[in-house]
Amino acid sequence: MARMKFLCDAERCIECNACVTACKNEHEVPWGVNRRRVVTLGDGEPGEKSISVACMHCTDAPCAAVCPVDCFYTTDDGIVLHDKDLCIGCGYCFYACPFGAPQYPQEQAFGVRGKMDKCTFCAGGPADDMTDAEFTKYGRNRIAEGKLPLCAEMCSTKALIAGDGDMVADIYRERILKRGGRPNTWGWETAYGNNV
Amino acid sequence: MKLIRKSSASATTGEAESLSAAGDAINRRAFLKRSGITMGAGAAASMLAPSMMKKAKAAETSPKAGVEVEIKRSVCTHCSVGCGVIAEVQNGVWTGQEPDFQSPFNLGSHCAKGASVREHGHGERRLKYPMKLAGGKWQRMSWDDAINEIGDKMLEIREQSGPDSVYWLGSAKHSNEQAYLFRKFAAMWGTNNVDHQARICHSTTVAGVANTWGYGAMTNSYNDMHNCKAMLFIGSNPAEAHPVSLQHIMRAKENGAQMIVIDPRYTRTAAHADHFVRIRPGSDVGIMWGMLWHIFENGWEDKEYIRQRVYGMDQIREEVAKWTPEETEKVTGADEATVKQAAQMMAENRPGTIVWCMGGTQHTIGNNNTRAYCVFQLALGNIGKSGGGANIFRGHDNVQGATDLGVLSHTLPGYYGLKEGSWKHWARVWDLDFEWVKGQFDAEEVEGDNGKPTHPMFYKGIPVSRWIDGVLENKDDIGQKDNIRAMVLNGHAVNSQSRGPEMKKAMEMLDMMVIIDPYPTHAAVMNDRKDGTYLLPAATQFETYGSVTASNRSFQWREKVIDPLFEALPDQTILYKFAKKLGFHQEFCKNIKVTDDEPLVEDVLREINRGMWTIGYTGQSPERLKLHAEHRGTFNTTTLKAEGGPVDGDYYGLPWPCWGTPEMGHPGTPVLYDPSKPVAEGGLNFRARFGVEHEGTNLLAEDSYPVDNELKDGHPEFTADMLKQLGWWEELTPEERALAEGKNWKTDLSGGIQRVAIAHGCAPFGNAKARAMVWTFPDPVPIHREPLYTPDRGLAAKYPTYEDRKRFYRLPTLYASIQKDDYSKDYPIIYTSGRLVEYEGGGEESRSNPWLAELQQDMFAEVNPTDANDNGIKDGDMMWIETPKGIHADAGARIKVKAMITRRVAPGVIFAPFHFGGHFQGEDLIDKYPEGTEPYVRGEAANTAFTYGYDSVTQMQETKVTLCKISVA
Repeated sequence: MARMKFLCDAERCIECNACVTACKNEHEVPWGVNRRRVVTLGDGEPGEKSISVACMHCTDAPCAAVCPVDCFYTTDDGIVLHDKDLCIGCGYCFYACPFGAPQYPQEQAFGVRGKMDKCTFCAGGPADDMTDAEFTKYGRNRIAEGKLPLCAEMCSTKALIAGDGDMVADIYRERILKRGGRPNTWGWETAYGNNV
Repeated sequence: MKLIRKSSASATTGEAESLSAAGDAINRRAFLKRSGITMGAGAAASMLAPSMMKKAKAAETSPKAGVEVEIKRSVCTHCSVGCGVIAEVQNGVWTGQEPDFQSPFNLGSHCAKGASVREHGHGERRLKYPMKLAGGKWQRMSWDDAINEIGDKMLEIREQSGPDSVYWLGSAKHSNEQAYLFRKFAAMWGTNNVDHQARICHSTTVAGVANTWGYGAMTNSYNDMHNCKAMLFIGSNPAEAHPVSLQHIMRAKENGAQMIVIDPRYTRTAAHADHFVRIRPGSDVGIMWGMLWHIFENGWEDKEYIRQRVYGMDQIREEVAKWTPEETEKVTGADEATVKQAAQMMAENRPGTIVWCMGGTQHTIGNNNTRAYCVFQLALGNIGKSGGGANIFRGHDNVQGATDLGVLSHTLPGYYGLKEGSWKHWARVWDLDFEWVKGQFDAEEVEGDNGKPTHPMFYKGIPVSRWIDGVLENKDDIGQKDNIRAMVLNGHAVNSQSRGPEMKKAMEMLDMMVIIDPYPTHAAVMNDRKDGTYLLPAATQFETYGSVTASNRSFQWREKVIDPLFEALPDQTILYKFAKKLGFHQEFCKNIKVTDDEPLVEDVLREINRGMWTIGYTGQSPERLKLHAEHRGTFNTTTLKAEGGPVDGDYYGLPWPCWGTPEMGHPGTPVLYDPSKPVAEGGLNFRARFGVEHEGTNLLAEDSYPVDNELKDGHPEFTADMLKQLGWWEELTPEERALAEGKNWKTDLSGGIQRVAIAHGCAPFGNAKARAMVWTFPDPVPIHREPLYTPDRGLAAKYPTYEDRKRFYRLPTLYASIQKDDYSKDYPIIYTSGRLVEYEGGGEESRSNPWLAELQQDMFAEVNPTDANDNGIKDGDMMWIETPKGIHADAGARIKVKAMITRRVAPGVIFAPFHFGGHFQGEDLIDKYPEGTEPYVRGEAANTAFTYGYDSVTQMQETKVTLCKISVA
């Protein structure tokens, strides 16, 4: 079975925000909720790097581990989804998530949280596939249509890659070989130091 | 109700903080998030909570399960890359957008703007119906009433002041067919006061480059950059301005190409470069000659190429010899090692390309800059080669097409100019009597730029950069009967023009302003007019159809995605309605079918094909373009050549010149001036445009010619007589001979002269050398001149600007009298401008798109920490930027913007993006928009505070260097 993954090639990402806008467009995500965002480090100085971040669909997802109502589940493709009918908007998952993926629309005044919203890997949710009900709660189900997430499909420089983890790894490995040198993955130095 | 607040515990801020912990993350977006700006700030009553907003939209525009989906193909309407757009339409509603993987230009990719175009299908902030300003209030009116009222006023002005008193401002957002009709319309109204954005974007490129080697366009293509060994970007930031081009650039880089960025700012593009050279704004000639100094010093130039194909390089050498490393550093600020490294990278990695944009063009010496870039590439032998070239990235989606089709005050379509012969050519194409066309103009001669009496028909009109002076100058001082009294702005953002306070004054003096646009625009709100402003809702390009020319000269065919929203009408229909009201519709569409006031787009393109011989806009028939669109997946993504299939051998979009008639089947020219292929297969050489000799020296190419050229040497351009001398005349058919007699390759409507020349392997426009020295320009050899507002008085003395000119494009034009005053003490900081990825042009459309507006909510300026500390400004503070008083202004201009403190800019330089509008000198103009049409994000227009200064050849405005002071607001 395929295991779906995102990878953002920081050597190619130019912070153009196509991924962010594609997501807004595809799922009609309201103002103030960002399922995906681009973060730039060292802005305006040599070494500036940008990376597109959303839910990483973790294998052992911390959001699921802390959820008091157990609304998360992992699909056969390894996509982490949640059930908005169960979600109570408590915000635990936000504190648990290392990527800041969970988002909360403000449905009323005074900052009361709505149900959590996050990247679905364009795979909808527990509602029936490709129904209006699913669209309203979770957005479009491209996976059910046989397509990949639109953010990656529309990425201006093909920096953001999505799909079967093995294929994503192959594409990335090919690029690294062509460029020569070690992987340029964001965070590599943090994990392994500068000399590896 | 606020939707996002830094102070609230929303996820938005949380992430910014959690990432700050991971690294130093003061970035542009985190910075702006902190602004706490909310959607439609200030318009609390009109705001919707996000959940409500979603419901309101989802009901109408989200995809519906089980409803049939129609697929429409269009092309993004933002930049000139020409990204394919696939639209899913259900019941006439645009409900989905898919990647166009088959398009060889974008391979499915988009930037933020391209990924958001579906919003056009339900834009709530659009102008919805015709309106007029009466007593300071917007009133709805019908199309018929609007056309009648406006038309009557125009006829009245024409009667009193002549046709030149109405100004027709067209657009780079027109399709090719609309652009052509717009120019034709102005001609039939009887004026050359017609122009569009190209004037303030790449006019200095077109003039400089065309005068160097023949055509003023991008020589290669984005895709061809895969073949580069080196890429030099100067005054160009494609990571923000042309993001999808980075896909091709990255491919080149991963193939091993060296990437060099020269810019006053450390741009997003620079962040990906191998080498970055920071220069002082306005020192482009200095840096190019500084690099060329190293190339000549080390003998790295391509001597054989120069011998065969370049005229005037010796004069360049004399000038370059002055640009020693010390002098270069003094003028540009770049040190010897940095400059030499850039030169060496370009010399050792050939072929290499050069890319430039507004950073180079928008100067008083813009034409010198563009020619210096060309000369640099000629010295290295990089032009006319795959992987080389001058890849001039155009701005708007169809600025190339609108330029080619002559929406310009100094030429008719196809760069034919305004001479009597040019008008006679077009009168023949239009099937009209030349005298009738001439009769539409004012008959009275005026004193021309050369001081001699000139008929208005042959006198270049006022350029868009200076329309305000056409209003404000004393009428005795301008080269036309009366001042401009009415402005028609069809798809133009006035916030892209400089001198805001003077523009406001000019607007208030006009009898009438007509704004034809999908949005009300900054023009509708920045003035205090009470009456006589009309807003006419135009359809977007997704609501009509036609062809568009990408930066690489390829044509693409757009299908209509949806019907026009609200009461909007496409430009061609609006023009026809006006022609009918003004009484020349029969001449206007003599050979064009009209249905319900809409000229048939295919017929318009066929008429274009019949007339545009100069640049080979003749082979791209609607049928061929539609076939290319359908089979776009069959083109190679590097060469752009179709491999098999129904369009086998053609280049994608038939990049011009696509010689001869459509029936001739020329495949288009993928790389200009590339002699490695026969002309019939897209090969070429430099154009013989400037005669055959100059001061006794041969100008024709020597021992260099395209494959299969039977003359095997340089030759002049083809005429009927030349064919006869060569003994090739009899190869024309009798019908061709009848039309070609006495004509040349540009005016022979049969296409026979071109066909026969190409059959013998010759380029119809001759085979000459490029000229490194343009003897017809104010500075034949490009030289550095300091900006009018320069921070360095010593350099101003050494590199002074031009003398003032009494009449230039009909207007007095100042240089020395401005530079003589020292502003550097009161205004010590250089002010420059540029682009952001989320917005485009004046930003009216993109700031009205919530998906984009959310990403960039504040007008800001980048300030170096040194200048910020010197002026007591903190990150996120509001600050004033003030510039010197304009010539017709009562006071200096000042704009209030948010300070962003960053080392992206050098000390002594501040940078502001130019996409904002809707604020004016500290005031939010939200109350002045017709209800429900205010863009989600408004801000000061950067150009409000830009000052006087115009290029010495094209009147390009100086919007890259002026002086300012900053203070806490």
